[in-house]
Amino acid sequence: MSLREGWEMVIGLEVHTELKTRTKMFCSCENVFGAEPNTKVCPVCLGLPGSLPVLNARAVELAMAIGTALHSRISPSTFHRKNYFYPDMPKDFQISQYDLPINVGGYLDLPDGTQVRIERAHLEEDTGKSTHLGSTGRIHGAERSLVDYNRSGVPLVEIVSGPDMRTSAQARLYASELRGILIATGASDGRMEEGSMRIDANVSVHRPDEPFGTRCEIKNLNSLRSLTRAIDFEAERQLALIEEGGVVRQETRHWDENLGATSTMRSKEEAEDYRYFREPDLVDLAPDAAWQERVRDALGPMPAQRRSALLGHVVEATTAQRDFVDVVVDLGFDDYVMAAVEAGADAGLALARAANELAANAESVANLSRDAFVSALQMEQAGEISPTQAKQVLSELLAHGGDPREIAAAHGFEQLSSDSLGDAVAAVIEASPEEWSRYKDGDDKLAQYFIGQVMKLTKGQANGKAVVAELQDRR
Amino acid sequence: MRRATDVAADVRSGQSSAIAETTQALEAIGARNEELNVFIHLDEDDALAQARAIDEHVARREDPGVLAGVPLALKDNLCRRGELTTAGSRILSGWRPPYSATVVERVLAAGAICMGKTNMDEFAMGSSTETSYYGPTRNPLDPSRVPGGSSGGSSAAVAAQMTPLALGSDTGGSIRQPAALCGLIGVKPTYGLVSRYGLIAFSSSLDQIGPFATNVADAALLLEVIAGYDPRDSTSLAIDAPSYAEHLEEGVAGLRVGLVRELVEGADEEVEAAVARARGVLEGAGASVVEISIPECRLGLSAYYLIAPAEASSNLARFDGVRYGLRVDAEDVSAMNEATRTLGFGAEVKRRIMLGTYALSAGYYDAYYGQALKVRTQMIAAFRSAYEKVDLLLGATAPSVAFRFGEKTSNPLAMYLSDVFTIPTNLSGDAAISVPFGRGEGDLPIGVQLLGPGLSEARLFAAARVLEEAS
Repeated sequence: MSLREGWEMVIGLEVHTELKTRTKMFCSCENVFGAEPNTKVCPVCLGLPGSLPVLNARAVELAMAIGTALHSRISPSTFHRKNYFYPDMPKDFQISQYDLPINVGGYLDLPDGTQVRIERAHLEEDTGKSTHLGSTGRIHGAERSLVDYNRSGVPLVEIVSGPDMRTSAQARLYASELRGILIATGASDGRMEEGSMRIDANVSVHRPDEPFGTRCEIKNLNSLRSLTRAIDFEAERQLALIEEGGVVRQETRHWDENLGATSTMRSKEEAEDYRYFREPDLVDLAPDAAWQERVRDALGPMPAQRRSALLGHVVEATTAQRDFVDVVVDLGFDDYVMAAVEAGADAGLALARAANELAANAESVANLSRDAFVSALQMEQAGEISPTQAKQVLSELLAHGGDPREIAAAHGFEQLSSDSLGDAVAAVIEASPEEWSRYKDGDDKLAQYFIGQVMKLTKGQANGKAVVAELQDRR
Repeated sequence: MRRATDVAADVRSGQSSAIAETTQALEAIGARNEELNVFIHLDEDDALAQARAIDEHVARREDPGVLAGVPLALKDNLCRRGELTTAGSRILSGWRPPYSATVVERVLAAGAICMGKTNMDEFAMGSSTETSYYGPTRNPLDPSRVPGGSSGGSSAAVAAQMTPLALGSDTGGSIRQPAALCGLIGVKPTYGLVSRYGLIAFSSSLDQIGPFATNVADAALLLEVIAGYDPRDSTSLAIDAPSYAEHLEEGVAGLRVGLVRELVEGADEEVEAAVARARGVLEGAGASVVEISIPECRLGLSAYYLIAPAEASSNLARFDGVRYGLRVDAEDVSAMNEATRTLGFGAEVKRRIMLGTYALSAGYYDAYYGQALKVRTQMIAAFRSAYEKVDLLLGATAPSVAFRFGEKTSNPLAMYLSDVFTIPTNLSGDAAISVPFGRGEGDLPIGVQLLGPGLSEARLFAAARVLEEAS
């Protein structure tokens, strides 16, 4: 959505991503989602008196990988304490990076051609998770509050963009592109529904030829849908306020998914003074050039490169095929497509199968080997099995793996010999004399009719091209 | 009192036993603990069980460790698994840590017997052990006076001959000053030499754990046991465990010593005189002593009382009633936090939390905390440049002998001045040792202080030996 004529949104995003490390940021507790509450804890991540943090080198590596992918400058950095009271934060301060973050600057190119600046991408620790029982669902007015510290100390990277987006759709595109990059770097699983990627949106409105308006920050948006809706609501709210002659006040706002509205959390005056100071329990962080190089060398291609690599194999891609490419890269199935293309399969076919059949069962794709995918496509392309049969073979491969030829054989797909195809075609011709004579007279469009009839008769086992060849022979 | 080195030798050889030594220590504690209030958490059965285990090692001819059977006192801010650890505060009442500090693991592995937890100023904030929730500790040498602080319980334990050894922590002088006031050796090791893992933090960038002993050799032995790299403390120096015993008798011949004007000025005359006599002894042993000035020392106290409270305000935030220790129920979480902290913290702790919070606040940071960091940087540079000219520095440890109860409690600044000579070493991160040298008013001991650059502990011990021999 965009604002009415003469007005423009200005959007900047702060994206928090949990890092996919084996252990937490400052201790050796397992970093895992969904465990029994308070079972992945130790003196360090519970902040017990006397405990001390020790930095996880893998978290640093993943942060550098993110920075490298976003064209940031990896810089000598320090850790600070951000002090505030909250029950799910065991030390009552969060270890974060402040004036000297590990990744400085950078940019992200959106598929629509916009370049969004990255201001910084810094390391920090996650807090525990609170559940407030009571009608409000928030800490104020809660009857009881329960805290799970399993998440406490999970490593995070916060990626701060410039105020470079102008519509909610563009913000969504940025979040989705960034998510793809985070997955590609191996830094994150990108699971927004599990909270491993959370977004704060800074939104303001202005007339394009005037300075930026006062911004409000909407906290904790945890789906792309909420992101879009919250930004649209907030921009409209601000615009309505301005048009009524009011003033937008800088504040932090809460998004209510059910109400579809934002509301004030705290105003600028109420903003906490975090009393940042250098974390004396940690030493400075300055990854040497060799380490940075190892991270850079280990980095695979990013989604944008992978999309163009795939599109490079399609001559004059259709809109549908471009969408297929987006889906395939998003789900990380490009290696299937590339394997098929390298083995001589048609890129368009490979994309369609990957974006439809594989995507439909994305969670069980581990059952499907690259070789099996390639063979199934080759069988389809060679006319050994029909498209319908190919889809069925793929679906079974996804369900329990196996060899496509054996699956096809088990269903009798391959057994439609030329004799039985010939019998089927003959039977159909006999049953449709009128159509047959028109076809013989040169009405090629009727080929589709005959294919359909043969398919019906053979229960989909026939191959369309073979049917046409058979018809041509008899014409 | 017998030396720790002798006790360990006798237990190792079978001449004595850990049980006998532990029983004797328990008797000594029993005799005076009520009067002096030294140990605030004691577990006799546990001490005896540790002793029996050591004796079994000896019986099986296994190495029971260099501190075999030596009774040792732990300051109450050192975590020991399953044992009460309260940092002298009400807010941690009843807390038993599920883990042990690295130093505790190391002394136990060396065969020492952890007798219990000693009294301290609450969260180590004080110079007299008067701010403890558990009441003051009395100086065993004159029970009408303080033992110093904040590690006053640990110094009193050794001075009352309850244990030959004790561990304390030194953030601004909390080992050296009570050592001076109780007539003991007390060491503030180089920052990073001893792991802080399991030490309840007061000011993380200043805190160091160190030994109390009646003699230099015992202090050196205990420091050897606890020093050395620990991967659980990121500020731990990546060095091998040092060996001090072999250097103890190296003397001071040929060493250059700087007598620091700022580390005696304002001290009582008898203290200044003791430092002058110490100078004479060092010269007699072949050192050349020159008077030098390090004017930055005068700024130490001000910088310290911004940096330490600032860090403390953050370190002590976790005592919020949510997870452990005291909780005072109230209508909601923030009211509960407030009620818990109001009741759980004493006046001095509250004063420092407020001071530190203020120093870090937006709009004040640059003028206070930021300025203090600059002073600290200057202090580090000043000492580094002094150590380019001399090998060691000499000064007083405390301005006076042990003072009387209540003498300074009504005037925080007077109390803070007790640490004016010790604070600069914490700010610079270097090493220092307090050595008893002569007596003053009331026949009470005077401590002189030897200071050295980072990791100069062996040299400091050798110089302390020279003073020890002469006193």
